[in-house]
Amino acid sequence: MDGSAIRVRGLVKAFGPNRVLRGIDLDLPPGTVTVLMGANGAGKSTLVKVLCGIHAADAGAVSLDGRPFAPASPAEALRAGVVTVHQGIDDGVVPDLDLASNLMLDRIADGTVGVASGRALRERARPLAEMVGLSADLRGPVGRLPLADRQLVAIARAVAQRPRLLILDEPTSSLSAAEADRLFALVDRLRARGVALLYISHRMLDIRRIADRIVAMRDGVVSGVFATKPLDAAGAVRAMLGRDLSEAAVRVPEPGRAVLAMRGAVLRPGARRFDLEARANEVVAVTGLVGSGKSALAAALFGLGRPAEGTMTLDGAPYAPASPAEAIRRGVFLVPRDRRANALVADFDIARNLSLPFLRRHSRGAFVRRASEAALGARMVAAMGIVCRSPRDAILTLSGGNQQKVAVGRWMAEASRLLVLDEPFQGVDIQARRDIGARIRATAADRATLVLVSDLDEAAEIADRILVMADHSIAGEHRNEGLDRIAVLRQATEARGNARGTAQGPAAA
Amino acid sequence: MTGARGTAVRYGFLALMAGLVVVFGLLEPGFLTVPSGVFILQSVAITGILALGVTCTLVVGGFDLSIGAVATSALMLAAYVMVVWEMGAAAAVLLCLAMGAGVGLANGLLIVRMRVPDLLATLGMMFVLLGLQRIPTEGNSIATGMALPDGTAAAGTFAPGFLALGRLRLWDVLPLSVVVLLAIAVVVWAFLELTRHGRLMYAIGSNAQAAALAGTNVDRYRVAAYVISGTLASVGGILLAARLGRGDVASGNNLLLDAVAAALIGYAVLGASRPNAFGTAAGALFVGILLQGLTMLNAPYYTQDFVKGAVLVAALVFTFALTGRTRRA
Repeated sequence: MDGSAIRVRGLVKAFGPNRVLRGIDLDLPPGTVTVLMGANGAGKSTLVKVLCGIHAADAGAVSLDGRPFAPASPAEALRAGVVTVHQGIDDGVVPDLDLASNLMLDRIADGTVGVASGRALRERARPLAEMVGLSADLRGPVGRLPLADRQLVAIARAVAQRPRLLILDEPTSSLSAAEADRLFALVDRLRARGVALLYISHRMLDIRRIADRIVAMRDGVVSGVFATKPLDAAGAVRAMLGRDLSEAAVRVPEPGRAVLAMRGAVLRPGARRFDLEARANEVVAVTGLVGSGKSALAAALFGLGRPAEGTMTLDGAPYAPASPAEAIRRGVFLVPRDRRANALVADFDIARNLSLPFLRRHSRGAFVRRASEAALGARMVAAMGIVCRSPRDAILTLSGGNQQKVAVGRWMAEASRLLVLDEPFQGVDIQARRDIGARIRATAADRATLVLVSDLDEAAEIADRILVMADHSIAGEHRNEGLDRIAVLRQATEARGNARGTAQGPAAA
Repeated sequence: MTGARGTAVRYGFLALMAGLVVVFGLLEPGFLTVPSGVFILQSVAITGILALGVTCTLVVGGFDLSIGAVATSALMLAAYVMVVWEMGAAAAVLLCLAMGAGVGLANGLLIVRMRVPDLLATLGMMFVLLGLQRIPTEGNSIATGMALPDGTAAAGTFAPGFLALGRLRLWDVLPLSVVVLLAIAVVVWAFLELTRHGRLMYAIGSNAQAAALAGTNVDRYRVAAYVISGTLASVGGILLAARLGRGDVASGNNLLLDAVAAALIGYAVLGASRPNAFGTAAGALFVGILLQGLTMLNAPYYTQDFVKGAVLVAALVFTFALTGRTRRA
């Protein structure tokens, strides 16, 4: 292929003694979707940040359309046509401004749009909203939109820049299957227009759907380029991990006594009534699209919100927690989704993050026992396989997968009756996902475990039994042996007749 | 962070403070004497107590702008209780503490229950208190013999036991107010750094959502922080009343800004980059040393606010620009 849009040669970047990029060679041809794979900590994010002008490279050369390209700032990269949609969605939107202003923000900022109000602005914003399939009110503030819509706003803004190179950093991690499909259609159109796309993702579904090439990164270098169809995804995973990935085969054990029983539950008014049972020594995955009610289920179990109707029992005793504290006292723990927003305390080190929910256990009277906390830190770092120098490392020095191990490990430090994990594999590479999944299964004997995931692959990887959720109710149940994926996807999407958005056919799994 | 820079960030502020002491000592021999040291401590005692209170609200990610007004309200309340109602020292102290705790509770409930942003709630409370403290005396200061609105003269006096709070010196050297400051500093430090309650308050300040999902009663800790802040501010007001011996409506103007400055300067101490009790105490002391030294070197009084402001800005730069931890995404 001739005339790469972006050509990277010998790129080096270090932070202090930590050499993150150690000589990257990479070509990104126009009209091509290059998927970048790499474990957490391989240097993907740093590479992106060099390309979009946040970091300056220490050595090496980048050229854009044959001319040297070394942006001193994100604004300069943007002007040159390198546009990035970052993983942190709220970087891309101004929550208090209305949707139209958000979509036109770059035009307002560079002065192309003078008077930033009223109908004219909405007229110009409408095509952008339509392009990405946003149907929300253009006058409403973006802060009130669901996560998936905010993500689409960020993508629409990026596309409006008429990029030469568009970098998408895990764009589907908060999108439902239907929304992801709209994004893929958009990617197809951009590719046809000759835009070079660099697409970072861990999701095999995405990769199979849109990749023209796969570039695997490991330890700061490109460890494999796969460009011949059919793409060798397994080879790419091997190149990214440096070894074969053992198959995560689930052997369904004999479940024990019922721990949690929900009877006649109605999660929100108007939703269909359902029963749910979770037994000891059983891992149950609850899968469904974004907005199908998984979070409402987690909220009901953890005392964050009561279901509209129905009763719950825990080990046979009535269970209706009014607060997380009460749920925890009864032995019901929740690993929330989105670790940065809901789980991690950025100012705390690893040990302090681990001890947070059970601080009383590590205290004598009101005073924290440091030795006890240090012992907990050492124990959980070993048990979860957290890669760090010491349990006193600041939490944000860890890679995403290791941060997630802390967020999960916090709740595995004490015995629970019911452990609920909401999207525990979000933003986690395949190896860390396997580590966490293995740990969940290895400790599951004495408790019931509910794993809420929107990705069916993840559900199949971890669960003994899979419940399908749609319209805030259980739409189907499957034993994880000879799983009929098509049936699962049909149940997840078909019931969405009256739900927001259109239920398009799910992408092939 | 590299070693040298890390050390500079960690100990730079304390080294600067020690340097100031040495320089002032060389230029002005009177600076390094016991009375001078005691004077510095006394000058920062009330500010320091208020600053430790506001530190607690900063820890939970809030802010308390009403502390200055709480302190002056306590000053006026103490005077009113003793001079107009002719009650004793114990009653005055208890009523002031109850008032401070009550205002803190009101602040906390406004913020937690009514969802008023912290700065706005405590700003509103500041205005309410500044006005309220003047209503019973029709805007006048309170002193024995003053004319009351009903035409009679106020007959009560400041109780000797109350005045002792401001004037008693232990072993003829150490003012009681300094002892109170040191005791409160140690207690607040131990509470924030060593207890699980302090730990949870820091967790709330860094990520309230994560703290709530770990089972912490976030609202209760937030309210508690404002109650602590209000109560400590009233302690400051009591000591101020005891020092002045009259209910002076014009005093205590600078308390809020001085206390906030001390707490914010505290971010820079030991590279903490966050509110902390030791830093707050050191920050208050730093301002006291600087002002005492400059005063002894005959710097005019009207330069004081400028000096404090410059120190605050420098400390903030130190905190936010230099300690910017190297984070990798």
